[in-house]
Amino acid sequence: MSTPGPALTQPGTARAERGPGPVRVRLSVNGTEHTLDIEPRVSLLDALRERLDLTGAKRGCDQGTCGACTVWVDGRRVLACLTLAMSCEGHEITTVEGLSQDGEPHPMQQAFVEQDAFQCGYCTPGQIMSAVALIAEGHAGDDAEIKEWMSGNICRCAAYPHIRAAIRAVRDQT
Amino acid sequence: MTATIPSAIGQPLDRVDGPAKVSGSARYSAEIPLPAMAYAYVVGSRIAAGRVTGIDTSAALAEEGVLAVLTQQTLPKIAEQPPLVPSLAGTAAPGQTFFPMQDDTVHYAGQPIALVVADTWERAQYAARLLRVSYAETPPVTTLDQGRDLSYEPERIFGGWIPGRIERGNVEAGLREADVRVEGTYTYAANNHNPIEPSCTTAQWDGDNLLLYDATQGVNATQMTVSRLLGVPMSKIRVIGHYAGGSFGCKAMIHAHPTLAAMAARAVGRPVKLVLTREQMFTSVGHREEQEQHLTLGATRDGRLTAIRHHKLSPTSHFDDWAEPSVGVSSQIYACPHYEGVYRLFRANTMTPTFMRAPGEASGMYALECALDELAHELGIDPIELRLRNHTDVDAMTGLPWSSSGLKECYERGAQRFGWAGRDPRPGSRRDGNWLIGTGMATACYPVAPLANPQRARARLYADGTAVVQAATPDFGTGVATVMTQVAADGLGLSVDRCRFENGDTDLPNIAAAVGSAGAGMISAAVHSAATALRSQLIRSAVGDPGSPLHGADPVDVVVRDGVMTAGTASESYSDLLRRTFQPDVEAAGQWNPPAHDIPYATMTFGAQFAEVAVDAELGLVRVRRMTGAFAPGRVLNPKTARSQLMGGMLWGLGQALLEANHMQPDTGRWVNASLGEYLVPVNADAPDVDVELIEVEDDIVNPLGVKGVGEIGQVGAAAAIANAVHHATGRRVRKLPIMIEDLL
Ligand code: FES
Ligand code: FES
Repeated sequence: MSTPGPALTQPGTARAERGPGPVRVRLSVNGTEHTLDIEPRVSLLDALRERLDLTGAKRGCDQGTCGACTVWVDGRRVLACLTLAMSCEGHEITTVEGLSQDGEPHPMQQAFVEQDAFQCGYCTPGQIMSAVALIAEGHAGDDAEIKEWMSGNICRCAAYPHIRAAIRAVRDQT
Repeated sequence: MTATIPSAIGQPLDRVDGPAKVSGSARYSAEIPLPAMAYAYVVGSRIAAGRVTGIDTSAALAEEGVLAVLTQQTLPKIAEQPPLVPSLAGTAAPGQTFFPMQDDTVHYAGQPIALVVADTWERAQYAARLLRVSYAETPPVTTLDQGRDLSYEPERIFGGWIPGRIERGNVEAGLREADVRVEGTYTYAANNHNPIEPSCTTAQWDGDNLLLYDATQGVNATQMTVSRLLGVPMSKIRVIGHYAGGSFGCKAMIHAHPTLAAMAARAVGRPVKLVLTREQMFTSVGHREEQEQHLTLGATRDGRLTAIRHHKLSPTSHFDDWAEPSVGVSSQIYACPHYEGVYRLFRANTMTPTFMRAPGEASGMYALECALDELAHELGIDPIELRLRNHTDVDAMTGLPWSSSGLKECYERGAQRFGWAGRDPRPGSRRDGNWLIGTGMATACYPVAPLANPQRARARLYADGTAVVQAATPDFGTGVATVMTQVAADGLGLSVDRCRFENGDTDLPNIAAAVGSAGAGMISAAVHSAATALRSQLIRSAVGDPGSPLHGADPVDVVVRDGVMTAGTASESYSDLLRRTFQPDVEAAGQWNPPAHDIPYATMTFGAQFAEVAVDAELGLVRVRRMTGAFAPGRVLNPKTARSQLMGGMLWGLGQALLEANHMQPDTGRWVNASLGEYLVPVNADAPDVDVELIEVEDDIVNPLGVKGVGEIGQVGAAAAIANAVHHATGRRVRKLPIMIEDLL
């Protein structure tokens, strides 16, 4: 389950209509400003993966059903495949590549390794982005809550019990 | 031989590729940035049967950025269609013996009929919608009900590896001898692998050399298959696949898309990335076929089996006789004089089904173990006791002894951990508020696959005392790089932090596709062989070198630990030896030749599954509360990664039991629920905590390290344990998977 994302396009502040050809879009990702010429139909996920070479966010379905593309917009988890890149102008995007601080992995990344909370690793960046946000949201109280609020991120390798263990470990450290 | 001091093998080492996977830096095959990349979008047939009568490409071609539209008219013809042989054989391994866009016939919905290539993914996808395709449609055959009367008994199935009929004794006579008989028809919905990474290939030509990045279980299998289909020599094709985002069998055979990507890249003169959509994953990479199994058991009053009859009916494609071998282990694992197993197939408008985790065993053992549960209930014998009464120390089909078993220990330890003793066998005897509680168990077994070809690896030690060990095999979640680092470390006599395993590239020594739970056994054999060959070579140089403190020592007395060779009081490190003799590095190749197929042993991995379910008495909702699995997979190279794989398999059993079904629309011949929103797989809320018990058994037959594999056994029997628990909770015997709420209302 994901919390509703921030209002990415604000009515009343609409800019002059742009597109359908490529338009200039400014994105701030992991604290770095990028300028892209992309068509308005380009999703945030494809902007990250195909234009900015930030391939941490994964494309598992492109339909909002798997959670592999989970990133944060202004600190809240969103599905990048269902978000238009253009609508993220003026917002701060965080991907798994932006989680580590001063070259040190985030405690959740460390916990995922220690608990063996993945196998193929393809769902993992999305799981980690959800897991960190989950604690910040206050949704990691007990296993029942973790299960429910992590159910938007499918892990076909079925590492779920270990994902819960990693989340518990980080929750209890903080 | 010199003494090995195993220290790394058996340790719960964290995954060596963990940091890359959690940081997002691990590059999967659709994540390789190449200059001027183009994107290919596959257009699948809307109809399931008939012909494509025309494709108007003009509107698509007029779109900005569109580079090419390839159809039957413009796509090159394949050089040759290789036969369908399981990729474990180490040969070309096409997923089916049909290659699309060679003529206008449509055999199944989703069959590729065009390829749109554009400079961006969005443009390719959009232009694909502008194709105007006309069809001449004929009525499709896709479901069991449509095909039942068209069925035939194939001579062989599964790429020719398995006979269509297996018999011993006289099953009719065996049934006549029986005091009791249980009989049932078990149906099983079609399943799809749905790894979270869709299949993908990135193709780049450099002159007439082809480089492919492919999501695959075997880079060599991709190389050999594409080479045959394109008619490009092996020496000109390199395939890289470091990581695959899960496979579960759908990347075990080489389906059309890597070849199509190469054809598209050649057509547009740019590198091409081809990624299947989630919907296309249901029609492009095989599936586990819908099936119906009819099982009859005869037994004496005291629970001894007199006869097993196991029949299966399932659809295959127009081109191949494929059924997963569901009838197979039922002939082997219980003592029973009379047996008859028969496959029936009918030709349907689907692609050829393929391997899916525990292909055959997951579905066959579901039926057999549910039938045994019925028998136990009927006879009033505890389900474990019934299995013990029919236990066999030899393969019941061939009479050959198991190379190792551990099954009885699995029952015992599993039952202990689960708390099976004292179970009240009466259905509906336990309640927790509104929930009916039931427990069930089942046997798990999975054959140790016979291998055909030599497996190779290479080890290189540098003068600084660090080593690289290489083999072509990719990682698709098995933890291969981690466990092979451990195997290499022990073989060389180094600590794991001084060894690096390099893999996922056809430029490295050849390994067959890691399928059928054979990966750990065959790759460890090759790596062990290379590492120990290098160690012996280094020891020989030292004892033969007058400059070495070890000069003159008997090689068998030399032990190596942490890179230091020691014999008695004399010692020299690898580094000192190499530096003193001006060698920057040394290398050795290792090769393992698998045992012949006529060894006097039968090889099988065993386990026991236990599940507790809660069924809402009014709503029919089933929740699995806990699962215990005890498995005897030979030697465990890394208990941490092994447990994860077994746990994953058990939760796949949960999905199989309660969630997973791909439904066919009979009149259109199209899958109805081809998305992850509608094809249900377990999510976090479905998955209980899982208890995995490892029972180590020694096996010096299967391979040098006695590794029997953990990739599939975890799933076998798990669905049966759950279905049996549902019966125990409710008294309802549901003989179909998945068990849905409506089955229990
Ligand atoms: S790729 Fe976005 S939810 Fe699956
Ligand atoms: S680790 Fe493979 S899908 Fe989650």
